[in-house]
Amino acid sequence: METMRPGAEAVRVKGWFGAHRWLILRRISQLTVLALFLSGPWFGVWIAKGNLVSSLTLGVLPLTDPYLFVQSLAAGFMPAATALIGAAIVVAFYALFGGRLYCAWVCPVNAVTDAAAWLRRRLGLKSGRVPDANTRYWVLAGSLLAAAATSSLVWEAVNPVTIVQRSLIFGLGGSLAVVIAIFAYDLLVASRGWCGHLCPMGAFYGLLGQKSLLRITADQRGACDDCMDCFTVCPEPQVIRPALKKAGQDSPLILDRDCTNCGRCIDVCGRNVFHFTHRFDQRSDS
Amino acid sequence: MQTDPTAKLQGKPGAAPTSVARRKFLNSIAAAAGTGCLLTLGAVMAGRPAAANPAQALRPPGALAEEDFLAACIRCGLCVRDCPYDTLKLAPFGDTVANGTPFFTARQVACEMCDDIPCVKACPTGALTPKLNDIHEAKMGLAVLSDHETCLNFLGLRCDVCYRVCPVIDQAITLENVHNQRSDRHAMLLPTVHSDHCTGCGKCEKACVLPEPAIKVMPISLARGKLPEHYRKGWEEKAKHGGSLIGDQVEMPVRGMEGKAYGDSRVDGPAAGLNSGWKP
Repeated sequence: METMRPGAEAVRVKGWFGAHRWLILRRISQLTVLALFLSGPWFGVWIAKGNLVSSLTLGVLPLTDPYLFVQSLAAGFMPAATALIGAAIVVAFYALFGGRLYCAWVCPVNAVTDAAAWLRRRLGLKSGRVPDANTRYWVLAGSLLAAAATSSLVWEAVNPVTIVQRSLIFGLGGSLAVVIAIFAYDLLVASRGWCGHLCPMGAFYGLLGQKSLLRITADQRGACDDCMDCFTVCPEPQVIRPALKKAGQDSPLILDRDCTNCGRCIDVCGRNVFHFTHRFDQRSDS
Repeated sequence: MQTDPTAKLQGKPGAAPTSVARRKFLNSIAAAAGTGCLLTLGAVMAGRPAAANPAQALRPPGALAEEDFLAACIRCGLCVRDCPYDTLKLAPFGDTVANGTPFFTARQVACEMCDDIPCVKACPTGALTPKLNDIHEAKMGLAVLSDHETCLNFLGLRCDVCYRVCPVIDQAITLENVHNQRSDRHAMLLPTVHSDHCTGCGKCEKACVLPEPAIKVMPISLARGKLPEHYRKGWEEKAKHGGSLIGDQVEMPVRGMEGKAYGDSRVDGPAAGLNSGWKP
């Protein structure tokens, strides 16, 4: 059953922690963000108020989800200055450091879909109907059109990401059903179905970070022994091939906007093929 | 290299790879577009019932009209966090209120009408409009004495609780002194709401002593009636123009009413008006 456990070689070479370094850091990051929001309602220590849609940190730093901001614009409402500044800060950060950094390092739904993907691998489930990866852009466009047509944020009536975030931070009921639905969809219907194919927030952050600096490079691709572990664990496996196999590009950089910079490919590779770098680093061993 | 059997049938083997690629591309675009449109349509359908709030769910002070509010509120909950009395709640998923939007239920926790209106200050988008800087101008809803049959004051008792807890006492709610025809020797002091002063804070509904309140705060759209555009109120026109627009009425003598002011049809008693001058 060794083939079902990607990263076995990495664990042998780098040790368990070495082979889970970025995963652990990512979980710490996700939990820290959540903890900053929960310390107020739980312990009365107010660090970040609000939620991931819009927040005020330490009473000075406003942050606003630009996708929600744009939905509001599409619905025909120009939000006030605080939201505008908050959205500008978030846009600047993710445009610079990688849009889908949000998906991998902040969004709490990531843990749900990662868990579903992990279970899917363990159970050896191969079946399912996966929608086209571009569907998320249609959902993104559709959500904005629907907002314009109805003059309200209709996507927010069903958006599992914001529902889950709010439920966690405000202790609302009803989120468990949403979490179970996403988990079941990813496990039983579509592999990596939600984050990788449907979520319009991920699509928005992807477009935002198209030219971002932070990138993963397959700079040691000459060492690749085609074990396929990186493709198995990657939430967006289609992004790896151009960099690793020189398919349509010579650069070793993973330049696809769908890459979430999660770093699992770095963890899981026993040959140390991948590394974090910036988008101008063209160094490569082949 | 893949070849397309249909391309061969059409006798264009050279075109095969591109046509396969093109068909795959068009297929995937169609599938993506179809799924995307279906999902969006689902969102529209799911969002539709939330467009009309249930009557008990009141919006925070300064909230834009419901249809504008649903475009403006990004559902961050900052107003909820800054409400010092925990009056505001965020609607959970599956509730009849649009999920994630703030509301309060007067019967449970009423609005305390803070002078500095912290919820409005906390709103990053202006869904709670910063134009509201005097809480007395708030229009969260309108109190309606909806049940005259159970209101204790209507039964001739002196309850007055809604009147006494009203933060805008004697303006938003007054007690109107009316003759009690049942006992024929008492007054009824009827709680009466005045829409130009009522902020919809909900304290009257919260305080009503009945198991089910006789006075309820409702969204203004639900509570208010509307006069036809062309209606004019004679007494207002008269005050505006300094006199009746149709001039003095022709006074005809009424047999048995000689010596009475015109229009006073009471058989006996002075024509001093109906109000005895009593004040609560």
